[in-house]
Amino acid sequence: MRYIDGAVRDFKNLDLLATGETAIHRLDARAKVIVTLVFIISVVSFNKYELTALFPFFIYPAVMMALGNLPAGYMAGKIVFVLPFALAVAIFNPLFDQQVMIQLGPFGISGGWISCASVVVRSILTVGAAIILVGLTGFPGICKALEQLGMPQVFAVQLLFLYRYIFVLTEEGGRASRARELRSFGEKGLSLASYTSLISHLLLRTWQRAERIHMAMLARGFTGEFHTGQPKQFGGRELFFVIVWSAIFIALRLQNIPQLIGTIVMRMLS
Amino acid sequence: MSHHIVDIVDLCHTYSDGTEALRGVSVRITHGESVAIIGANGTGKSTLLLHLNGYLTATSGTIRIGDFPLTKGTLPEIRRTVGMVFQDPDDQLFMPTVYDDVAFGPLNLGLVGTDVDQRVGDALERVGAAHLRTKPPYRLSGGEKKRVAIATVLAMSPDILVMDEPTSGLDPYGRRQLMQLLKEFHHTKIFTSHDLDMVLELCPRTIILHRGMIAADGPTEEIFLNTALLEECHLEQPLSMQGCPICNRNILLSCQLK
Amino acid sequence: MHMSDALLSPTVGVAMWAVAAGTIAYCSSKVRKELDDRKIPLMGVLGAFIFAAQMINFTIPATGSSGHLGGGLILAILLGPYAAFLTISSVLVVQALFFADGGLLALGCNIFNLGFFPAFIAYPFIYKKIIGHKPTPAKLSVASVVAAVIGMQMGALGVVLETVSSGISSLPFSSFVILMQPIHLAIGIVEGLVTAAVVSFVYNARPEILQSALEARPIGNHPVKNVVLAFLAVALITGGIVSLFASENPDGLEWSITRVTGMKELKGAQEGLHGPLSSLQERISFLPDYTFRKQVEVKPEAVGNQSSHAIMGETKPEDKKTEVNKLGTSVAGIVGGLLSLGVSFLSGFLLKKRIHSD
Repeated sequence: MRYIDGAVRDFKNLDLLATGETAIHRLDARAKVIVTLVFIISVVSFNKYELTALFPFFIYPAVMMALGNLPAGYMAGKIVFVLPFALAVAIFNPLFDQQVMIQLGPFGISGGWISCASVVVRSILTVGAAIILVGLTGFPGICKALEQLGMPQVFAVQLLFLYRYIFVLTEEGGRASRARELRSFGEKGLSLASYTSLISHLLLRTWQRAERIHMAMLARGFTGEFHTGQPKQFGGRELFFVIVWSAIFIALRLQNIPQLIGTIVMRMLS
Repeated sequence: MSHHIVDIVDLCHTYSDGTEALRGVSVRITHGESVAIIGANGTGKSTLLLHLNGYLTATSGTIRIGDFPLTKGTLPEIRRTVGMVFQDPDDQLFMPTVYDDVAFGPLNLGLVGTDVDQRVGDALERVGAAHLRTKPPYRLSGGEKKRVAIATVLAMSPDILVMDEPTSGLDPYGRRQLMQLLKEFHHTKIFTSHDLDMVLELCPRTIILHRGMIAADGPTEEIFLNTALLEECHLEQPLSMQGCPICNRNILLSCQLK
Repeated sequence: MHMSDALLSPTVGVAMWAVAAGTIAYCSSKVRKELDDRKIPLMGVLGAFIFAAQMINFTIPATGSSGHLGGGLILAILLGPYAAFLTISSVLVVQALFFADGGLLALGCNIFNLGFFPAFIAYPFIYKKIIGHKPTPAKLSVASVVAAVIGMQMGALGVVLETVSSGISSLPFSSFVILMQPIHLAIGIVEGLVTAAVVSFVYNARPEILQSALEARPIGNHPVKNVVLAFLAVALITGGIVSLFASENPDGLEWSITRVTGMKELKGAQEGLHGPLSSLQERISFLPDYTFRKQVEVKPEAVGNQSSHAIMGETKPEDKKTEVNKLGTSVAGIVGGLLSLGVSFLSGFLLKKRIHSD
């Protein structure tokens, strides 16, 4: 309950960020979707023991958050919140993979710990990229972009309806759940029986709502076809955005920059 | 050709579970009229409204809207003519932003480009909601939602405005604003409502439905003075016509008696 | 449970994306052809219902822990397989984007694990077979529980296979299976019980809903079977192609870029920029740097260790050498990594400061 409550609040917050008016916000959503996908694929295509080569990729979230004026603390909080999910599986790596891979003086670091750390860094980068995409574009924008990139319209419409009614229905579910809590005097969970009755009533009300929405759609001339307004233009700025970032990601993927910098620095020091 | 814009003759509707919701309803409404349909819960008000734009099909009887009898073929034209505003604006506003929602109707009518923009702009302007156009519906207050819901219908430039419970769920200020707005419209208006004070203020004519039949049809004030009729139909006088709770003097009645 | 990007290799991620996208396209055209425009708002609102239902927890009898509705099977029962698949997918898209459950690349896997199995296996082949033509309360309960359990087991196995074949996690297949399947057996039983209760409630309150869902399938079992086979084929082919890209060279991406862009140009580019840089790197690395020595020593064991989970067949020893070479886990790598991390954040910070002072 608290998890979803918080999640819905977060949802609204992220959505509010997407109403920003920066140049990045104004870019056609397709450009941002494409760059995000290139970014994620570049990041996850490293082998499992790669750690330091991932670091330069932080340039993307850092720059995008700055240009898009997204609050860094808030975004970091969101990312930290989901880290445990990936960590739950990655934490087994040190257990099964104890081969020492780096010797730092007397300390040996096993491959398992390196790959585990790599998973954490990958999580931060990929989750961060997704959240930044939403914060810069907004959910409806992403849906439209995906539709223009070839996603079937039925599915795009489905996403938009879902997005619209999450707020309405979670509120309804929250009311029903609170009403029950107030009468249950401190008992935490529901019994299966009262739970299913609560859910079933919610389902019936949802069904009736769908029927009313359908009426409202028909009343405004809906015939099964969704017409959309004019799409935004994918212009020179978008092309520039996509090419520059993709080039950076691919360069970072092909060349281990930290290794290079590090060796140069170490040589200069010695 | 009839000079009535709505002409319902002997309308009956029986639901598939056997409930007889309407049992022989005949109503004629002329251009520019403002009519309230009132009645206790479950007397068929909503069923009647849903016939007006063909969402429900009559079990027997006929409906004419403007120049057309309501049939499958005339449905698109009739749905453009009859603008229907539903009770819960959350059902009416189903698109991600206010703009998209108001544009939904015009786009379905086949308009494109700047024509759509024009319609959306005008409709939002008329309900005083132009500043809300980029907002998602969940960020609107109850009163704002209601006004945007009306704009979604106005954007289709209907001749008849049908509203189910227009003032339900609004705070007193929002209700007052909405009533002011509705007064400015020169459309033919048909409301259902339990807000009898609003009916008294906005609708010169009232129809009482009782058990699927018309119990009364006439000037609103006359009907609201007939307390026996109201009681029989599980209704009561608007608060403004009842005695003052402190001195028990009936202001409105004393006005009319003068 | 949701797969996450961080545990996924691009091969598996892209292959599952292709499968999910194909299934979505297929289901979309099916739903369009059904021409039942009532379904459009219905699917949307039922998707939102799943979120609302997940807000509410209940106590699992005799354990004290709590659970909630997953929803795949119940959607299939209410909407039929095609619309249900789209609805589940849309829920997962929102979870990936907003609640960061899983991730964008893992979306394909998650849609497959949590959508495909309930909609196209558990519902048509188990639930419908048990229900038959005349649903009775007993049949409803048995069908729901069995279908939910099997759907959940398949989904869990999907997670295991995708994770293990990605090779990022070191968890061996057997341990992972032993970990996942029993947990999901419990989850499946609970899901089945809830589904059964809700479905019988709907059946009593509004029988026409379930009836129309049963009847709204002019499709017999044949097309569903075809769907399953077709997407199995798509999965194998895409997976095969992508893993070909990946296994030919440990750095699948580099290799595929050379292929896609045309080898000559990129070779030129390598000679122009990439060449000197990498030779520079090599030259520096060859200097007495003890990390490099360590890596060489470690190599054989590392290879042996990896082969156990390299399912996609990428274990040519010579590949491993390059892989270990490219580990970037030397001290130099760490120093450089931290530096570049610092530069990244600093550049963001400075940019922001500049924008704000404007």
